[in-house]
Amino acid sequence: MTEARPRVAVVVFPGSNDDRDAALALEHLGAEPVLHWHADRELPEVGAVVLPGGFSYGDYLRAGAIARFSPAMQAVADFAADGGSVLGICNGFQVLCEAGLLPGALRPNESLSFICEDVPLRVEHAGAFLTRCEAGQELTIPIKHGEGCYFADDELLAELEAGGQVVLRYRDNPNGSVDSIAGVMNAEGNVMGLMPHPEHAVDPLVGSGSTDGALILEALVDRARDRLFAAA
Amino acid sequence: MKATVLVRPKPGILDPQGKAVEDSLKHLGFSVDGARVGRVVDLEVEASDPDQARAEVERMCAELLANPLIESYEIELAEGA
Repeated sequence: MTEARPRVAVVVFPGSNDDRDAALALEHLGAEPVLHWHADRELPEVGAVVLPGGFSYGDYLRAGAIARFSPAMQAVADFAADGGSVLGICNGFQVLCEAGLLPGALRPNESLSFICEDVPLRVEHAGAFLTRCEAGQELTIPIKHGEGCYFADDELLAELEAGGQVVLRYRDNPNGSVDSIAGVMNAEGNVMGLMPHPEHAVDPLVGSGSTDGALILEALVDRARDRLFAAA
Repeated sequence: MKATVLVRPKPGILDPQGKAVEDSLKHLGFSVDGARVGRVVDLEVEASDPDQARAEVERMCAELLANPLIESYEIELAEGA
């Protein structure tokens, strides 16, 4: 018996450019992706939401600052408040921080250079969005961003560490992120953001051949399946 | 009423843009010790008095124009404008 495909929304902002890759990856990993235009206020019935990478609204003001006012973002906030799983990738991570759904902020890279390369990451906390990984496991996933320097002040940082909210760290800090942080989740454990692009590391035929991104997206598909079909 | 908002990276926050500007100025032979790059937002605010205008712009800063975690802001009102 084949497992049912849970629907996962991928929100498309003007300037998103990894929406289709995210949808393809999700489909490849057993979900039914639904591209959701940002101007649509109502989310369809989905088990999870992905905010994809790109340059929503041209990164005007600050990356992610304008996208959070999209009608769809109110629906995403409601979905998250209801316990729904939301994953923000790269620009999606920036949008979640600006929207206050995730703690911290993303600043221009320390080098001021746009960085596009495969990076080794360490899984800090398995569970929540990393149920298919083990703590301490190393993943290879590409990054491609100009503003991925994660910032949290000392107080917030201590809070994140204590709460196990720092989920991914760069092995070799590429962008100046505080404490080499590559991904964080909210205190409730249902919203996660990361700068690396798991959707670009699911097929051995493309990129460096790493399929480590699938470990993250499959866990999201699991969560979507649980939400939609658990009661059935 | 005209209002100007100055947004700056908070002290201690890494400002690579400022660093690049500082290095370039040094390259040109200027002696500078530190440069920070922020943003200026000129606004035309509809308000009946300066206090109301300032309160309004405060809210704009808190909600959109600055990210309080990493940026500080200053509001200048052009009185009598």
